[in-house]
Amino acid sequence: MRLTCPICGARDRREFYYQGDAIALDRPAPDADAAAWDGYVHLRDNPAGVRRELWHHEAGCGSWLVVERDTSTHEVHSVALAVDVAEARG
Amino acid sequence: MRIDGKGLVDRSKKLRFQFDDIGYSAFEGDTVASALLAAGQRLMGRSFKYHRPRGVLTAGGEEPNALVTVGQGAAQEPNVRATTLEVHDGLRVRSQNAWPSLKTDEMAINDMASPCLGAGFYYKTFMWPRTFWEKFYEPLIRRAAGLGGLSGAHNPDSYEKAYAFCDLLVIGAGPTGLMAALTAGRAGADVLLLDEDSRMGGRLNAETYIVDGMPGSDWAAEAVAELDSMKNVRLMTRTTLVGAYDHGTYAALERVSSHLGTAAKGAALETFWRIVAKRAILAAGALERPIAFENNDRPGIMTAGAVRAYLNRWGVSPGQRVAVFGNNDDAHRTATDLIEAGVEVAALIDSRPDAVLKGHAFPTYAGGMVTGSTGRLGLKRITVKSESITEELEVDCLAMSGGWNPTVHVTCHMNGRPTWRQEIASFVPTPGSVPGLEPAGACNGDFSTAACLAAGVAAAKSALKELGLKAPRSTVPDAEDSAYCLSPLWAVPGKGRAWLDFQNDVTVKDVKQAATENFRSVEHMKRYTTQGMATDQGKNSNVAALALLADATGRGIPETGTTTFRPPFVPVSLAAFGAGAQGEGFAPRRLTTSHHVSVAMDAPMIEAGLWYRPSYFPKPGETHWRQSCDREVGYVRNAVGICDVSTLGKIDIQGPGAAELLDLVYTNMFSSLKVGRVRYGLMLREDGHVMDDGTTARLGAQHFIMTTTTAAAGNVMQHLEFVHQALRPDLDVRFISVTEQWAQFAVAGPKSRELLNDLLDDRIDNESWPFMACGSVQIAGVGGRLFRISFSGEHAYEVAVPARYGESLFKLLLERAEALGGGGYGMEALNVLRIEKGHITHAEIHGRTTAFDIGFARMISGKKDCIGQTMAAREGLIDPDREQLVGLKPVGSVKELTAGAHLFDRTATATRENDQGYVTSVGFSPTLGHFLALAFVKRGPERMGETLRLVDHLRGIETEVEICSPVFFDPEGGRTRG
Amino acid sequence: MKFSGLRVLKEGLTGNKGWTPHWRDPEPKAEYDAIIIGGGGHGLSTAYYLAKNHGMTNIAVLEKGYIGSGNIGRNTTIVRANYFLPGNSEFYSHSLKLWEGLEEDLNYNVMHSGRGMINLFHSDGQRDAFARRGNAMINQGDDAILLDREGVRKHLPYLDFENTRFPIYGGLLHPRGGTARHDAVAWGYARGADRRGVDLLQNCEVMGSDIENGVVRGVQTTRGAIRAKKVGIVVAGRSGQVAAMAGMRLPIESHVLQAFVTEGLKPCIDHVVTYGMGHFYISQSDKGGLVFGGDLDFYASYASRGNLPTAEHVMEAGMTLMPMIGKAKLLRSWGGIMDMTPDGSPIIDKTDTEGLFIDCGWCYGGFKAVPASGYAFAHLMATGQHHETASAFRLDRFRTGRGILDEEGTGSQHNLH
Repeated sequence: MRLTCPICGARDRREFYYQGDAIALDRPAPDADAAAWDGYVHLRDNPAGVRRELWHHEAGCGSWLVVERDTSTHEVHSVALAVDVAEARG
Repeated sequence: MRIDGKGLVDRSKKLRFQFDDIGYSAFEGDTVASALLAAGQRLMGRSFKYHRPRGVLTAGGEEPNALVTVGQGAAQEPNVRATTLEVHDGLRVRSQNAWPSLKTDEMAINDMASPCLGAGFYYKTFMWPRTFWEKFYEPLIRRAAGLGGLSGAHNPDSYEKAYAFCDLLVIGAGPTGLMAALTAGRAGADVLLLDEDSRMGGRLNAETYIVDGMPGSDWAAEAVAELDSMKNVRLMTRTTLVGAYDHGTYAALERVSSHLGTAAKGAALETFWRIVAKRAILAAGALERPIAFENNDRPGIMTAGAVRAYLNRWGVSPGQRVAVFGNNDDAHRTATDLIEAGVEVAALIDSRPDAVLKGHAFPTYAGGMVTGSTGRLGLKRITVKSESITEELEVDCLAMSGGWNPTVHVTCHMNGRPTWRQEIASFVPTPGSVPGLEPAGACNGDFSTAACLAAGVAAAKSALKELGLKAPRSTVPDAEDSAYCLSPLWAVPGKGRAWLDFQNDVTVKDVKQAATENFRSVEHMKRYTTQGMATDQGKNSNVAALALLADATGRGIPETGTTTFRPPFVPVSLAAFGAGAQGEGFAPRRLTTSHHVSVAMDAPMIEAGLWYRPSYFPKPGETHWRQSCDREVGYVRNAVGICDVSTLGKIDIQGPGAAELLDLVYTNMFSSLKVGRVRYGLMLREDGHVMDDGTTARLGAQHFIMTTTTAAAGNVMQHLEFVHQALRPDLDVRFISVTEQWAQFAVAGPKSRELLNDLLDDRIDNESWPFMACGSVQIAGVGGRLFRISFSGEHAYEVAVPARYGESLFKLLLERAEALGGGGYGMEALNVLRIEKGHITHAEIHGRTTAFDIGFARMISGKKDCIGQTMAAREGLIDPDREQLVGLKPVGSVKELTAGAHLFDRTATATRENDQGYVTSVGFSPTLGHFLALAFVKRGPERMGETLRLVDHLRGIETEVEICSPVFFDPEGGRTRG
Repeated sequence: MKFSGLRVLKEGLTGNKGWTPHWRDPEPKAEYDAIIIGGGGHGLSTAYYLAKNHGMTNIAVLEKGYIGSGNIGRNTTIVRANYFLPGNSEFYSHSLKLWEGLEEDLNYNVMHSGRGMINLFHSDGQRDAFARRGNAMINQGDDAILLDREGVRKHLPYLDFENTRFPIYGGLLHPRGGTARHDAVAWGYARGADRRGVDLLQNCEVMGSDIENGVVRGVQTTRGAIRAKKVGIVVAGRSGQVAAMAGMRLPIESHVLQAFVTEGLKPCIDHVVTYGMGHFYISQSDKGGLVFGGDLDFYASYASRGNLPTAEHVMEAGMTLMPMIGKAKLLRSWGGIMDMTPDGSPIIDKTDTEGLFIDCGWCYGGFKAVPASGYAFAHLMATGQHHETASAFRLDRFRTGRGILDEEGTGSQHNLH
């Protein structure tokens, strides 16, 4: 499997660390209710299809990446810097 | 027998090898199979279950019968296919799975019991008496299982792994692959052409085709020469593509030197390749199908294409009187090639009543079938039946052909399924199964040479287009273009056993029985009968078996479907797949700057993750590690000790947003930390459990140095990156790991300041440098940093210098410490010191503990948010019934305590239901004169003074302990502040 | 038909004509008392115990493919009871006891073999952790022995004791741990359930659920609508999709786990061996192949296939631990879909929909749990009460933080367990 890091180019999967769903970008407010936090930390849509995930280019530039990838075929649709995605959300 | 004037072997190079301790001769280019056949040795193996005598079935890697063991001792390699094993001088091979000899195998008795040993028999028996399965039946079955054996010794050979990148990967160098490589190579593409054989050319080397007016093998050699001259083309023989993976990644196994015999010393035996190709062409050819008929497994019965390969490639006729039996036109060429080479052809039997069999110089039988054979140790006779006759023919070789299966496997490695094409009665690849990979030629269902050559050109042009390269002008060489005509024949009707999976001894009856017992899915049939699960991975039996299953269950072949194809395409040695990892190669070694000094002092070095750290520094006369440890603890408590703490993670954090970042990742406040001060910090995971702890020093308004534990350094760094980039990109902060850039040493004990003041440019005292102070210093003439922090609980410092000064500073510190009555201390003493003070490590923060559990709930500041704060407040995480940190001291008659022991009320039995907690860390305290333990106990802090029972079943220790504060020594902490 | 050595002999002598289907292929009824979605190991064992323990035989198992086509059809076959957290201990202990009587119970040779399992450790800290585990096992009433280096050498002389990167300090021996033949387990439970009247409906994929006012009424399938008052979801890696049909989100992320088998070899590995410095575990099947595996690939996947980095890492661990396996050849690799939970432990619970139950979250450890999971899930579905051996497997434990069962200690990131 290969990911195209926006900074480093196409690299083998073994250079990256996978964390999980990109829902991790949407951290609830500290006083949000238990359901919101349960949803953030534990519950997942877990689709057999395209989803957004967080990867870390651990053995490369150290960038965190938001990757759109199909979990059934492993096809990668897009890779963006997490910084850019997070800043765009405001 | 050898046929003069035939074959591509080098008859000027004579070789000798041994098979089962008997000597044979061979020529360079022979395989063990071709040389044995040349000598008339047809018996080469025994089948797995029934131990039936077997000879070669094929001439390639798909061989199911002729598996041999090569070499002896540690280098012994089992299950090597005699059909691809190149002979070198002095080679020694042995047959497998037979005792006492291949000819007189005692286990052939199984064959007599075969009616009771059919598909799935073992599921229906061996159940009684109950204990007999493990005691008796299973050991017997296990001894009979497997074909070859491992030596049991460590692998002595070396293997390598490599990466390769290319524009176009061409898999297979037969006519299709050669034309594809030529076309793409001439266009300037970066081409990698692989072939599993030692010689490129594929079937051209096994047939008598004429290509472009010359023998096919000559044309192939010329093509290879042209490719070899191109700088943009890499040729790899003896290299098998074994797997297709995501995004243009492929794995291949190269046999580097196994064919060289003694010339192989020092060289890698095999190389495992990871290839990244922008585009790929699969030109893997096709594999011939046997035909199932009663006793179709005798030595001497093989596929018709294999007979041609032995004849034309190796110059060997597998028999002196050969019959050919097939359902297609292609098989006829075996008879014609043989007769032209002067070999007697007893018959050409074609199952199709309308087969065109005129004008041959040998007997022919249209609409005929072979219904049986005799000759247990070697084919003697076959029975031929047609509508009009039944005849017995004396033959010593039968060439059979049920048609050809395109080699589709690699196209199915990514969940693809092949498509059934009725007109060739075979499966072909389904387009798009592997993105970026295009099948072409015989593996795509185009069987004539002309079609293959053209397909290679077309596939290359298509790839070039996608690569953005201009295709060259090309002409397709002249070659035969005969049609592929066949009529499906999966099994000859009959009562006896007709073999499908030769190695696993699965017959037509077994498949039918599976269907009867309702194992109707092809996956069920495969698992129930074990068809397709032998070393040939079903290459010789899959299609026939599923066709018969389809018949037995009243379905068509497409509806029945195939099982899945998975990597590896051919079996790959684990040593190649794991190359480089044997012994120390498995993981890097991280050494501190004081490593060599420690080793010179005879300190046993122990692993701490990837790091090595000294366990203790033995002195002459000390015979047990406890003596050294106790002494080193004494150094720190009474004089001064030196310990290399460089392995702890160090992260340099700078910028206007640094303080806010720290406030977010730590539970306690860091923005309030003064410049020149250090603070202990607790870090939680978002789920509210402790991730790590450490100290962070503020060297400037916007400059912090965070330390982490050794084990969690990487995790914390990753976590900081995540928090910054994904959660708070608005923070203006930069940070970097400096663990390896700074060598850091603990200088701990009452005389620590005295020692340091001798080395520091500017002297320090308790006012200028109080407990938890930090800053830049000049030490021994070098710029460094000093932190007054203490893991040991004594008056202590940590001094850091750029790593290049580490070794010399360590030596200097040791020298000065020894002069003050102290010295170096290692991990054992470090551990005792911190237990005496109740300081936790990852033994306590083992991933399931919270700040509440370790008594640090108040460290979670209520004034700010932090990672993990909300989840840490979940009801289950603040329940007082939770196991919480306490200290334990022995009060029973047994004074030894052990980590891993569990704790119970004094009068309770040691059961899970009564479990009150567990011990995490234990050390003998020379300071206090007894063992100490840190433990987690339910409601621990409420039970101070209570006596519990400590039970360690594993070490046979049971004693009583008293719950106390985990800070056993100097609870007020006065010694750190001196 | 009862299976036995005598019957095999009799059939062998009379042309093997008397064998009958191991299970029927019935047409789906319009309604059952209970339906189980998922015809894998856990679904089939649930059906079996519903029939055997609770007399519920008017039930059906709905399997979208052929029975046993999921992880039960392709795992590394390890059976063990060496968990240490209360909540897990009693469950796996119960499962092992069921394993030990399973052949008799099912009249099917599942080839369960308690050949002994050794977890190796490579540091003092790891030893202490395994000591805690071993003592917990003994407190539970199961067996454990702490071996030092020489103790390990006696059992496993073929390990690399001299040159390996992470030296062997010792191992935790679980004598009753071992292996079983995975396909046979599925078929044995299927046949046992079928004999008791349970309908096994293959090629029957659930496409949607019928839920009215928070009460389950039935499901829609590719073979028609089927009504039932009790529905149990037991679909492992597909739990998310099936639960979504009932409007539920689960704390599950589906991941691929690869596993491997070599060509058949004469006996060389008698135990189940696990490595402590890289996730690697190996045993030898009765057919002679070395069966082994290691880490997840670590990215979410439904593709049931993995990539090279993990495969290579598994082989590398094998080569440093036991270099004698170098000449063995990998015959086949495969992958399954693992339903990973935030603590690595399973869920056997009711849901917010009345009559709808769920059994999932087995991560990559579901095979050993097949008997006890079915036993407990059947108990829950039949009586509405949690079985005492599985009472900790609550769906809400993540939200409340009460009773989290994190054996690995890695926290709530799903793929770290």
